[in-house]
Amino acid sequence: MPRIIEFLVGLLFGLGLLLSGMADPAKVLGFLDLFGAWDPSLAFVMAGAIAVGFFAFTLAKQRTTSFFGDALHLPKATQIDRRLVLGNLIFGAGWGLAGFCPGPALVSMASGQPKAALFVTAMVAGMLIHGWAERTPARPTPTAR
Amino acid sequence: MNIDWTHFTPWTSLAGGILVGLAAAALILLNGRVLGVSGILGGLLPPRAGDAGWRIAFLLGVFSAPLAYGWLAPESLVRAPRIDAGDALLVVAGLLVGVGTRYGSGCTSGHGVCGLSRLSPRSLVATLCFMTAGFLVVGAVRHLL
Repeated sequence: MPRIIEFLVGLLFGLGLLLSGMADPAKVLGFLDLFGAWDPSLAFVMAGAIAVGFFAFTLAKQRTTSFFGDALHLPKATQIDRRLVLGNLIFGAGWGLAGFCPGPALVSMASGQPKAALFVTAMVAGMLIHGWAERTPARPTPTAR
Repeated sequence: MNIDWTHFTPWTSLAGGILVGLAAAALILLNGRVLGVSGILGGLLPPRAGDAGWRIAFLLGVFSAPLAYGWLAPESLVRAPRIDAGDALLVVAGLLVGVGTRYGSGCTSGHGVCGLSRLSPRSLVATLCFMTAGFLVVGAVRHLL
């Protein structure tokens, strides 16, 4: 698959984030302020994206390869466990503190916002810390005496 | 709860969401990959031979979006992101988002858009977790502290 298509997909995704308001933390925090003056706009982002995505993934599930013949990497995990719940609670807390999730943070950084660059630096550090913690074998738990 | 009508932008948010959905559709159908930003970025830490090219191409597209948006979008739809969080808060939030998205295997795009589009119960739980945490954190910061 030509790299130019992945570039264009990233570009389209970024344009969507900018048009939708997702790339503006003040807008995101307005959406998360359910207990105050609530701006429901970003629910429409989700609705628009899923309306299109639903058809694409329904089609993808019926295929074994992409249109270009690459393997389809659909997630196989199904278990709902502590990692999933705790990880997403931690992510949501960080999202609520600054109003940035990963995609919009990258877009804002590219638009020349030093504060977004600071956030992205910390986010990448967080990802590296997680990777390091995963590779470090857990210390054996002390046996009960 | 009361609605903030002054900032409500249903049409641009819906249109932006449709672009995000089209990008997710193109990536799974053309490339066989799920459009999850935390996964695409995290997969480069560290990069693996044969797997890095499409990730880098996608991210370069995302980084190009603000420039392209400035050319394409009418002036009334171009706005600079408003980032209210201070530097220390941005670092804490970034660390939480980095660790949380990797531990919980996804973010707004991977779980919220792609996961819900393919009707994954796991991604539904993930989305409920990060949304709930986001609502509670913004509620606490804006209305309790």
